[in-house]
Amino acid sequence: MRVKAISRILALVVPVLLSLNSHVFAVTAQAEAPVKESATAAAPAGPATVAAPEGVAPAEATATHEAEGAEKPGEVIMHHILDNKVYPIEPFGEIHLPEIAAKPFGIDISVTKHVVMVWLACAVLLVVGLTVGASFKSLSSKESPKGMANAIEALIDFIRTDVAKSNIGHGYEKFVPFLVTVFFFILICNLIGLIPYGATATGNINVTLTLALFTFVITQAAAFKAQGVKGYLQHLTAGTHWSLWIIMVPIEIIGQFTKPFALTIRLFANMTAGHIIIYSLIFIAFILKSYVVAMAVSVPFAIFIYLLELFVAFLQAFVFTMLSALFIGLATAHEGHDDHAVEGAHH
Amino acid sequence: MLTSGIILLEGGLLNPNPGLIFWTAISFFIVMLILSKFAWGPIVSMLEEREKGIQSAIDRAHSAKDEAEAILKKNKELLARADSEADRLIREGREYADKVRTELTEKAQQESQKMIAAAKDEIEQEKRRALDVLRNEVADMAVKGAEKIIRTALDAEKQKAVVDEMIRELAASRN
Repeated sequence: MRVKAISRILALVVPVLLSLNSHVFAVTAQAEAPVKESATAAAPAGPATVAAPEGVAPAEATATHEAEGAEKPGEVIMHHILDNKVYPIEPFGEIHLPEIAAKPFGIDISVTKHVVMVWLACAVLLVVGLTVGASFKSLSSKESPKGMANAIEALIDFIRTDVAKSNIGHGYEKFVPFLVTVFFFILICNLIGLIPYGATATGNINVTLTLALFTFVITQAAAFKAQGVKGYLQHLTAGTHWSLWIIMVPIEIIGQFTKPFALTIRLFANMTAGHIIIYSLIFIAFILKSYVVAMAVSVPFAIFIYLLELFVAFLQAFVFTMLSALFIGLATAHEGHDDHAVEGAHH
Repeated sequence: MLTSGIILLEGGLLNPNPGLIFWTAISFFIVMLILSKFAWGPIVSMLEEREKGIQSAIDRAHSAKDEAEAILKKNKELLARADSEADRLIREGREYADKVRTELTEKAQQESQKMIAAAKDEIEQEKRRALDVLRNEVADMAVKGAEKIIRTALDAEKQKAVVDEMIRELAASRN
């Protein structure tokens, strides 16, 4: 938890420092910009798609063009982390993802980088899941699973018994498919983000929001089903005296929404923070223009953070699943109103 | 500081993107449906089956253990009973032997006492018989003596002295 907190702080501080430096750097680097221009021209001009700062006056267009030779690290980092309609394949060029003209409900459903990553994760998940499922179907109860089926089975069994059963308790079977799917989906998204040319879909707040909404809907549905409308409304009063209802009911209603909100922000911030740190560490070498710094600081620390990210990928997938199970368990529990205490302990 | 803030906001880390939400929701939902039918279903049912199998195996092992313990206990009881039975038999045999021995000795002693008593009786009778014989003989001798006295001199004084002497003799021999 402390490591995560530190990495969050770093994620906030490092871009600040970098962007401060980059201002100085951008100004001083202009003298030697022509030398670099040939090198950087080969690379796709990323920032153009991100958005050239709107406040820039046309008169300064030439200046910004010159500055493009030395891209601002902050912009580059954000370009890598944010969603795009362009899929960059760095040294070779970029793929313009297809735009979908149809706008159902007035929303633009064009394919973006993160949509591609979500689909990729879904494809991987389907391939793995169906392979394992098929190998399990052909297995008799006397045989033990082998290879990938064994590994996946261990994870599923862990989620089924240690996450679902221990948190939800009676009637946990209905929620196992969702919990398992969400765990593997987040895990695969996180891992794809660590592969070169991949992007972290779970580092996009829209994706995590969607996943948290699934948890929210399932939690509410489970609560209604377990307690009925009357029980649900009683739950909102937290069992207090009627004179306190004017305070308790709003708090309880807000509490229903803070749970998915916490899920959303936790996953999104963790995944984004790790990537920003890795990019920032690499950019230190470019800013200082030193091979020594690159070898002594950037590469080792980036590798360290990368390994940490590998761990965080599993950890956050587990945490999301665990908290989803916990919220469902709290919503379906008939008695005991200690969800605030428990939730507080997990934050 | 300001720049980074602007980049963070303009970059739109928190920008909503309905298209992405739409695609994520649909993709995730479809994947969840497909996988819960074709992957998680069989796996979870397999896990449950295996759990049941393991549970029943454990139960069976427990019952077998209980059974074995019961048998062991029974065997021990039987062994203990057999031991005590053997002890009892030995003790009884010994007691019986003792009894028989004492009885036999007692009988033998009684027999010998009886024999001794009979022997004493016989000896007494023999003695009495001998005395009777002796008495008869003494009487005969007295008669013979009297005859002799009468034949030699039958004076009164002599006769008296002879009889007295005779009587004295008899009394002494009697005693």
